[in-house]
Amino acid sequence: IMADDKDVLRDVWFGRIPTCFTLNQDEVTEREAEPYYLLLPRVSYLTLVTDKVKKHFLKVMRAEDVEEMWFEYEGTPLKWHYPIGVLFDLHASNNVLPWSITVHFKNFPDHDLLHCPSNSVIEAHFMSSIKEADALKHKSQVVNDMQKKDHKQLWMGLQNDKFDQFWAMNRKLMEYPTEDGGFRYIPFRIYQTMSDRPFIQKLFRPVSPEGSAHSLGDLLKEMYPDAITNDGEQKRYQVVIHGIEPLLETPLQWLSEHLSHPDNFLHICVIPVPTD
Amino acid sequence: MPVSLLWAVDVYGRVYSLSTAGQQWEQCRDAQMEFKRVTAAQQCCWGIACDNNIYLNVHASDLPVRYQEETYENQRWNPVDGFSERLLPSDRWQWSDVTGLQHQPLDSFQLPSSSWEWEGDWYVDENFEGEPTEKGGWSYAIDFPATYTKDKKWNSCVRRRRWLRYRRYKAMDTWAKIPSQQTTLPDPFSDISCGGWEISEEPRGRLSLWAVSLQGKVWFRDGIYHHNPEGSLWEEVFLPGEVIQISCGPGDLVWAVLWEGQLIVREGISRDCPKGSSWAVVESPSPDVGAIHVAVGINVVWAVTKDNKVWFRRGVNSHNPCGSGWIGMVGEMITINVGLNDQVWAINCEDRAVYFRQGVTSSELSGKTWKAITVPRDGDRSHSSASANSLQSAGCYFCGEVRAQSVVSDAESDTEKGSADGANSSNPPTDPPKPRIPKVTSDSFISELVSDREPGKSSRDTGSAPPSGGPLDPQWSNVDLEEAQQAQTVAVQDTADTCSLSSVATYTLAMEDPYGADEHPLWAWVSGGGCSVDSHSQLNWFNFSMNTLVSSVQSMSLSVSPAQTAAWRRQIFEQLSERTKREMDNFRHYEQAVEQSVWVKKGTMQWWRDWKPHKWIDVHFALEQFSGPDGNKDGILFIYYNYYEEKKYLHAFINEVTILVPVLNDSKHTFAIYTPERTKQRWPIRLAAATELEMHDWLALLSVSCCDSRGIHGPPSKQAIWSITCKGDIFISEPSPGLEAMPYPTPCDQMFWRQVGGHLRVVECNSVGIVWGIGYDHTAWVHTGGYGGGFFQGLASSTDNIYTQTDVKSVYIYENQRWNPVTGYTNSYKYCSPELSQTKRVSDWAIDYSVSGGTDREGWQFAADFPASYHGYKTMKDFVRRRRWARKCKLTTTGPWQEIPPIPLSDVTILPCTAQSSVDVIPVWAISNKGDVLCRLGVTALTPAGSSWLHVGTDQPFKSISIGAASQVWAIARDGSAFYRGSVSARSPAGDCWYHIPSPAKQKLKQVSVGRTSVYTVDENGNLWYRQGVTPSYPQGSSWEHISNNVRKVSVGPLDQVWIIADKVQGSHSLSCGTVCHRLGVQPVEPKGQSWDYGIGGGWDHITVRGNSVEPPRLRLPSLTDPSSRSPVPVRNTEVNGVGN
Repeated sequence: IMADDKDVLRDVWFGRIPTCFTLNQDEVTEREAEPYYLLLPRVSYLTLVTDKVKKHFLKVMRAEDVEEMWFEYEGTPLKWHYPIGVLFDLHASNNVLPWSITVHFKNFPDHDLLHCPSNSVIEAHFMSSIKEADALKHKSQVVNDMQKKDHKQLWMGLQNDKFDQFWAMNRKLMEYPTEDGGFRYIPFRIYQTMSDRPFIQKLFRPVSPEGSAHSLGDLLKEMYPDAITNDGEQKRYQVVIHGIEPLLETPLQWLSEHLSHPDNFLHICVIPVPTD
Repeated sequence: MPVSLLWAVDVYGRVYSLSTAGQQWEQCRDAQMEFKRVTAAQQCCWGIACDNNIYLNVHASDLPVRYQEETYENQRWNPVDGFSERLLPSDRWQWSDVTGLQHQPLDSFQLPSSSWEWEGDWYVDENFEGEPTEKGGWSYAIDFPATYTKDKKWNSCVRRRRWLRYRRYKAMDTWAKIPSQQTTLPDPFSDISCGGWEISEEPRGRLSLWAVSLQGKVWFRDGIYHHNPEGSLWEEVFLPGEVIQISCGPGDLVWAVLWEGQLIVREGISRDCPKGSSWAVVESPSPDVGAIHVAVGINVVWAVTKDNKVWFRRGVNSHNPCGSGWIGMVGEMITINVGLNDQVWAINCEDRAVYFRQGVTSSELSGKTWKAITVPRDGDRSHSSASANSLQSAGCYFCGEVRAQSVVSDAESDTEKGSADGANSSNPPTDPPKPRIPKVTSDSFISELVSDREPGKSSRDTGSAPPSGGPLDPQWSNVDLEEAQQAQTVAVQDTADTCSLSSVATYTLAMEDPYGADEHPLWAWVSGGGCSVDSHSQLNWFNFSMNTLVSSVQSMSLSVSPAQTAAWRRQIFEQLSERTKREMDNFRHYEQAVEQSVWVKKGTMQWWRDWKPHKWIDVHFALEQFSGPDGNKDGILFIYYNYYEEKKYLHAFINEVTILVPVLNDSKHTFAIYTPERTKQRWPIRLAAATELEMHDWLALLSVSCCDSRGIHGPPSKQAIWSITCKGDIFISEPSPGLEAMPYPTPCDQMFWRQVGGHLRVVECNSVGIVWGIGYDHTAWVHTGGYGGGFFQGLASSTDNIYTQTDVKSVYIYENQRWNPVTGYTNSYKYCSPELSQTKRVSDWAIDYSVSGGTDREGWQFAADFPASYHGYKTMKDFVRRRRWARKCKLTTTGPWQEIPPIPLSDVTILPCTAQSSVDVIPVWAISNKGDVLCRLGVTALTPAGSSWLHVGTDQPFKSISIGAASQVWAIARDGSAFYRGSVSARSPAGDCWYHIPSPAKQKLKQVSVGRTSVYTVDENGNLWYRQGVTPSYPQGSSWEHISNNVRKVSVGPLDQVWIIADKVQGSHSLSCGTVCHRLGVQPVEPKGQSWDYGIGGGWDHITVRGNSVEPPRLRLPSLTDPSSRSPVPVRNTEVNGVGN
């Protein structure tokens, strides 16, 4: 019954969040807009997978009332350049499903969001994340050894939701010399709702100088000690990756290989335990 | 996977094999003596025994090894005896070979070795050319070297018949001695390696066998085939130094180790030359420590240095047999071996166990970890007891490597019991003397043993030398990037030199019964050349725990993951499955945000594989199409193939495909797929469909997909660039606005080409949309504005303006022969083209004498070797000859073309117009098939075919013509000189007189193209010339300036842009002839440009850019302001195409 590590990769890739898109009340429409229901891939980006949403709402709007589409959840503009799963875990994970997102076509919040005029902007963002991650993992050696078409394969794999196509190439980014016991540094980002800082990202090795494997707990101890519940304390924070809470003893290298997003970063959300 | 064997020799010289399905080493009990080394292939195993002879063990199989001997009995008729053995003095022998040159009576045939036996006696072959003969198998002729018939005629003066006898190789499954070649081989062999079975298409059995002698010479065994498993003779291979060990892979890799510790790599190995031609030297991985051992596979090279470190060579393949750099690997080994599928075995220097490298795949050739093979030997249980010290002493008997300090220290630490007299002592007799007596008592063997002992002493002296390498030695160091390390080199080199003799693989046979029940075997040699395993094989070799081994297995398997049952892992699995329930189970009815593929079309094809030896292999082919996020249809092509039993695939994105082009192939229906990258490589994806219909279906479908993904629809624009392949297929490309941009034009390997129906040799156009073509049969055609036809039948909206087109084309084949000292020119082969549905033969094959270079009376041309330049007479140096056969084929197809009768043409030119030009009647000039110059009247955008021809007088026949802006008309006469036509204008469309322009010195011009102001010509030697000094007042110009060579054709456009068809364009993988090239840096102030940019090809015959009058964006750096302008965005011409009927 014990699942294979490869199944973890599939589960991560095929994670979906049921979402209900509703048009913002203030938008001018010719008739009433029905909400639109969609299963969003956790590992993709909002603007990459919402063409259908846009088409749906444009049907009831006049062209002159339409500016760049953006999304908001309970007053928070949603950053398209974070993976969808991270947005959900960070802002909505303990709420009832489906996830209710409000769609806007005007008053783009320039201070909060990046513009996304085309998919090539998402592609550029995605590829730069992969390159940054590989710089940490392999001094960029793997990603630089790849050809343009290999990069394209990674992107097309994500864009078209092709697990095999993506992993045929991503596998190379996950390799490391056996002798090293892991990557040079683990590419990770720790998100929190309580702070203005976008996320924490520092250098952290998978193996301690003494040669023992670092765990998720070791990482948090150094980066975000508050996230750890000490003995006898009331649990204050949840440490969520892909909607689950791995044990703090989980080896960080394993997490990086199996629970990273397609952009090759391990996105960790630290959220307060719901009070109710 | 069938069962196969791993071979190994233990330190006592016993040969064992381990089956991939087995769980114990089986001793090869047949071997009457001990062996030093073995080298295995799948069908046999070679070995060097301790008598220094080479032995061969051919595995019995269903396919017996038989060889047919033949000889001819010849007789002459005389009036007295009738036919008798009494021959004329000038005749051949009574018994001879087929040519009559070789005397061979029946009793002259001897068995090649004692491993053969006759199947029966000699008998007469009663058949002659497949038919039974009447009596006694005789065939008759007028005289000896002649044609024989089976019937006796009145003039039959001689007759002959064939005698046959079969011999059979009988020494199956046993070690049979290869007869030694005493005359040439004074010194015995010390190393042997076989391989090379993948370099040719020969059936299983052909091998390359390399051997090293004690004196460091290398020998190649010639003539090993299925029917001759022993081979014929040893040939010495000349060397840059003395070799100690050699390794030959299944393909074309052969590496050897020199005494001094460098490695040498054999170059020039090919199907025709399995022995190779030269050596290249590769330095040892470690600057201080020489190599002692090398092992090669198909794409890998592993080496061991004298300090027992293991190294992996990066970047090795057929194209680059030397590789690019060393990577240090974990583990200390004394020897290493690469077997089938590049799998790796090694013998560890500490425990002498055979280790298997786990995780070697084609994408990860260096594998992951070493794993010890722990299976017992057969009979291990039967040994009752053993002396307690046998293990220790056995370890130091082995000396199958150059002894360096680490081996010595091994020996010292091993002698735990007798450490008092062993450690740090320079006295040789540290080992008990008695057990050293070898079983084998040949003198040479003993002397080797003696010489072997001496250096042991000296190496022992230096045994306490500091370990080499000095600074830290990271596991993945890249030696090529490192500074050479200087320290201690000299000392270690000395050690290597003094003990160099000891590298001879010898061993002593110490105890009668060296093995104890709980000891593991001590291995000296392993060969995986016959062992077919890969990273997926299930092997039961690793699970036997044998005391000391366990720890070393663990210590070497660093990558063993923590227990699968760890709590954290369970937690993740459980939570993920909970997450699926929570977030997805109740919402399965929701729509998916990303739709999966719209549809997939699959089929089978053959693919010209990328690796050597190149050949057609069966593949599955699939097109996956889906709607892109922006609504454009997009797709991916997949080619699934097997690589050593492993399923792999190749893919190409439809939106990166730049062309699908049918390829001329003698026996298959083939086409090529290019992307910009593949164009740079000059190595397209080549595919062959089973039938022509299948190929056309795929081409039509793929073409539509490619056009869809790029948003290209409808007829070609007026600016389109037209080109023609040597097959007569017509392609168009829509020029991007940046194509002629300065300084960053669109690279022309990114141009997308689509095919239109029809079959032409020449096409010319201008920017008003007038397009004319000329067929191979010289028929003139005008473009109707359509874009379908050919295999695009039935596809939506491309059926307008499509008509039937016919053409007649001469098809040529070459008959090639090579001269051979015995039989003269042989191996004559002629290709036969398949009959295509479109084509119909209209004449039979006939020898073609009109080949450039000339021919002899039989049509032959001669050369020193293929491929070379040929001449029409034979010289001493010519070893090959060829002749050309031609026949005419009539082809019927469809395309957007209508015939312009009645005059057959050889060239045509249309006035290039600027985008804003308002010329009504467009000048069109042509050369008739006979060489007359013609001027077409009445050509307008609405009547592109014009109305009638006006004949322009000339003194001699012409062959090429071009009209440029301002009515400059240039032409080339058949004698190779150029002419300028004076006073051409709208009023006087035919001009008034010709001005003779001399050709460049000693060159005959063949083609001319005139643009806005530029005049370019091409001569018969492939030179491209630019006409200097052309001014409005002196349009003839002043002189020719050489621009380039290897040019076949030139097209100068209305912007003075220059495009050519060039030969000999070198790509990263291959060379192409007939390649589209674009002149870069052409400006009004510099009309000659600066350099070439290389586009689609080879196989292109013609291009015209004379329709492209799109001025490039000016004074703008496209790369800064518009990132998309470098990609091939097609021009969508919104004007209505002006061509109509």
